[in-house]
Amino acid sequence: MADENIALMAHLLRRSGFGASRNEIEAKAAQGYQATVDDLLAPESQENIEEDLLFRYNPSYWQSAAIENNVQAWLYTMINTPRQLQEKMSLFWHMIFCAGHSKIDSGYEMGRMIGMFREHGMGNFRDLIYRLSTSPGMMYYLDNTESHQAALNENYGRELLELFSLGAGKDEELNYSEDDVKACARAFTGWNNAPAYPPFPYGRSPWEFRFDPADHDDGEKTFLGETGAWNGDDILDIICKQPATARFLARHLYNYFVADDVQIPAWRLTPPQDLDLIQKMEKAYFDSAYDITEMLRVLFNSEKFKSESVRFAKVKSPAEVVAGTLRMVEEHREIKLGLFQHSQEPKYMGMDLMNPPTVEGWHTGREWIDSGTLVERINYASELLGNTDLPGVKGLIDRLMSRGDSLSPETFVDGCLDLIGPITVDDGTRSELVAHAQKSGDLRHGSSSEQSEFTRRTGEMFQMIASTAEFQFE
Amino acid sequence: MVSTQKDPVLAILSLSGGNDGLNTIIPRSNGLYRDFRPSLSIAEDQIIPINDDFGLHPAMGPLKKFWDEGKLAIFLGMGYPNSSYSHFRSMDIWHTCEPDTQGNEGWLGRVIKDLDPTSENVLTGVNFGRGLPRALAKDGVPVASVGDLETYGLLTGIDGESQRSEALDVFGRMYSPAIGRGAVMDYIRNTGTDALKGADILATAPQKYSSSVEYSNTAVGGYMKNIAQTHLAGFGTRVLYTTSPYNSFDTHANQAALHSGLWADVSSTVENFMADLREHQASDNVLLFMFSEFGRRITDNGSGTDHGSAGIAFAVGEGVKGGIYGEYPSLAANEQEEGGNLKYGQDFRSVYTCILEDHMGLDAKPIVGGSFEKTKFL
Repeated sequence: MADENIALMAHLLRRSGFGASRNEIEAKAAQGYQATVDDLLAPESQENIEEDLLFRYNPSYWQSAAIENNVQAWLYTMINTPRQLQEKMSLFWHMIFCAGHSKIDSGYEMGRMIGMFREHGMGNFRDLIYRLSTSPGMMYYLDNTESHQAALNENYGRELLELFSLGAGKDEELNYSEDDVKACARAFTGWNNAPAYPPFPYGRSPWEFRFDPADHDDGEKTFLGETGAWNGDDILDIICKQPATARFLARHLYNYFVADDVQIPAWRLTPPQDLDLIQKMEKAYFDSAYDITEMLRVLFNSEKFKSESVRFAKVKSPAEVVAGTLRMVEEHREIKLGLFQHSQEPKYMGMDLMNPPTVEGWHTGREWIDSGTLVERINYASELLGNTDLPGVKGLIDRLMSRGDSLSPETFVDGCLDLIGPITVDDGTRSELVAHAQKSGDLRHGSSSEQSEFTRRTGEMFQMIASTAEFQFE
Repeated sequence: MVSTQKDPVLAILSLSGGNDGLNTIIPRSNGLYRDFRPSLSIAEDQIIPINDDFGLHPAMGPLKKFWDEGKLAIFLGMGYPNSSYSHFRSMDIWHTCEPDTQGNEGWLGRVIKDLDPTSENVLTGVNFGRGLPRALAKDGVPVASVGDLETYGLLTGIDGESQRSEALDVFGRMYSPAIGRGAVMDYIRNTGTDALKGADILATAPQKYSSSVEYSNTAVGGYMKNIAQTHLAGFGTRVLYTTSPYNSFDTHANQAALHSGLWADVSSTVENFMADLREHQASDNVLLFMFSEFGRRITDNGSGTDHGSAGIAFAVGEGVKGGIYGEYPSLAANEQEEGGNLKYGQDFRSVYTCILEDHMGLDAKPIVGGSFEKTKFL
């Protein structure tokens, strides 16, 4: 049986970051759950990745216009940053505040947006949503650059309410009316970008946000029942004090960190899975004057999060499959060639990072899986876990050998399931794995030929575990 | 083996990156062509003439054969309103038929759903290349995405044929449908079973295949061969899709050499593909369509061309009425699109409509999102 401290810590590290090697899981378990949560919530107390070194080895990553370089640098950060929760939050916001390269067409702007999520994504929500509303990439992506006093474009005004803050509805009520959308869009007229130089033939220059008072509609507006000559700033103030915003954030955090919820458009009519926890997070939001870290503190310290009922209750996103597997097998834990191939893998699995399909983002949970993406997920993870030359895999095999001079097929399978997770599979899956192991009998590692057979069989068993339906969850 | 030889089959080769239409179907009688292309115009004596006004790029010799046979349709001025100069966005528009909003469902995904509403055949649609192009994406529509047909399958990392086949047996049993394990787990198990079934079937295609045709050893050659192999294996596959190497047609610099190489490869591959199908008496029901997300700037930049708008597309097949469809967009300065680009005159959905109605036998409107004047080339 798996050690509960290890199992809990592995769960915390899978959710609050991109998983960990067994060494890291054991070290953190020794440090304790509470201390680990405190570290995660204070990223600035952790070392940062050595960006200077990253850019010296990969000068092409620096302010790169090419989207591929920005995705690579991001994947490197996911794998290597000690500030795991900070990075997980940069992905969280990217999956909600969706803007995509397909329209923005500038890797540099996408990288800059993710950097903003990284730096401010655990701070104050009022501050974050202001930064979003002055992000030149977002202003362009949602056509606020095309919204004028004389010719309103409602795109940003609408998505700000529906997808970025209030949500369409709560407890079956609608959170805003079409008139609110119009008032919101009017308040954001003039929130624009400075004219950009044409990109060809010399390449892009960075975009800059610029408020144009002459293009701003400063007339009176009624927004969510409050009337005044509102500017975008006032709208953000009104948004942030709404219970709907607290609910929206709490529910998103729950869906991302605790357990898969229904798809977002169904939230108005479907109550949260755990209203008590949601309400505690909402309270933390208001008590702290909108501090995202305080909501996370409630979440990670909740009994619900720690309970076994939510373990493996989420389908891994492709980013989690890729970064999580690389961390587990300890590959690309230093700067080296070959990251490009890995950075393309999430796209093959249906998550083109920095290029979500629409402003609604990716559909998560079971919708990550179809017959094409499942093949990619299984082959990717099993290939890495079957590579017994990788340090993380070697480490797991050494641990397994240290469990006895001779392992029965049952002990062997349970050991592998423990070391790769600990992951629980259902009885049918386990008995298939055991039956497979029984064909070659007990495992020994006395002689060198026994050792190499032990290694081969363990690598193969890891691959088979990586191919299970259970392994698709985290 | 089920005989499905008579069902219409659509093969698509996407020329990723924005093919330079002006140097593909060259308006050789138009003096402005040479004025706007000081560095990149193609000499008259090298152009392969197809009529008084137009000629093919010199590297497209193998396609001339299909023109002479009357089996090559050339679509001029292809595009859509308010062209996007972004590869990604423009490709999305061709994939989703939604130029105004961002859609996440592809036109071919809808085609596959119409052809096989209950997903009886997991191989109704097959993509060759890693990752699914949005054209083929639709909820509940299984599409295999094959990186390499010779090695396609699950658990490809397990060495040794007998070890791998044993592991796949275990996989099959672990995924075998069982009830009451939770909706998501049941769904994943069913999906895994579908994937294994598809992979098992596809794996037999290269073994069944023999041909006197030798394809070039390029990505396009390899994938078009895979398309032929899959079609010839008779799995009932109706939509086969592949993409030239990502953004390969994006010739901002050194275009003269690059563009020649790309078209030499594509043209000879199309010739091989058709020869292969004809050798097996399996070409009658196949339509090959080739497109690119946009054309390129009218004026060259000294060594290449930048992103433009209206482009060229092609269809090859036994049922094609060879010819030129659409008008060549004007090169005259006062008739260009803003930014020095060719104005589109033919909506790509007009061509899709003909493919869908007159080849696939489907109702085009819901697939392309409206009524478009049909480009009747079949």
